Amino acid sequence: MWFEQVIFFLAAIGALAGALGVVILRNPFYSVLALVGHLVALAVLFLLLHAEFLAAGQVVVYAGAVMVLYIFVVAYIGGSDEPLRPEGGALAVFGPLFAAAIGIELCIAFIASGLDALDTTGADVGPGFGTPEAIGQLLLTRFLVPFEAASYLLLVAAVGAVVLARRRRGLEGTEPEILA
Amino acid sequence: MDITWYLVLSAFIFVIGAAGVMSRRNPLVVLLCLELMLNAGNLALIAFSRMHGGEAGQVFALIVMVIAACEVVIGLGIIVAMYRRRLPIDVDEMSELRG
Repeated sequence: MWFEQVIFFLAAIGALAGALGVVILRNPFYSVLALVGHLVALAVLFLLLHAEFLAAGQVVVYAGAVMVLYIFVVAYIGGSDEPLRPEGGALAVFGPLFAAAIGIELCIAFIASGLDALDTTGADVGPGFGTPEAIGQLLLTRFLVPFEAASYLLLVAAVGAVVLARRRRGLEGTEPEILA
Repeated sequence: MDITWYLVLSAFIFVIGAAGVMSRRNPLVVLLCLELMLNAGNLALIAFSRMHGGEAGQVFALIVMVIAACEVVIGLGIIVAMYRRRLPIDVDEMSELRG
């Protein structure tokens, strides 16, 4: 049992450090790298929760594909360091305060919750829990409609991104070819 | 490990993401912080799925990952469009929703 706890705390520290790095680091490039570390640590936590398929998907799809997309865009727009004008305003002060209030409230809700099952390690599950086989069977039987809707949503998003980022001749100004 | 530990960790990650969304001005970093919030939600969903002993929560988390990918694609498309028009890459400057 202690082995699981050691892994949990290592992964939790990694996830929290990655999350803090995303918010604190000034250079967007380093923020993306911190998010990659965060996602890998989170995949370890998914493994501890018997979600093997999601852990693999998290590493391959998220930390692999989506983050490469981020890196491309950061490289494309130059990844300039942020402060064009000094960081300030009411939101920079009240934002973290408000977030801390949400956090305290959520922790109170979890710890004072009446759900007895929260203080257990979870229900007894067989060895097939969370494997690609089990998830795939659910996706193609009980959750077929959400699955298909999600695939259409991905298609719509891809087309929408092409429409958004394409070069418009009429609105672009007089020198559209220089950027090409 | 008790499920509460996972839930408290997910609350912390969510809060860090929310603080980032509210205080950062670079839209790329705001998108990254939104990813943090979605991932915190995913962790909570998977923890509840483990607590319950059913895989439906994991399927839900998978769908959330799909939604996150869509959101990233659209957001990055908007950022590239902003860059193409030489608009400032700053969420405070983009205060009007006009094209």
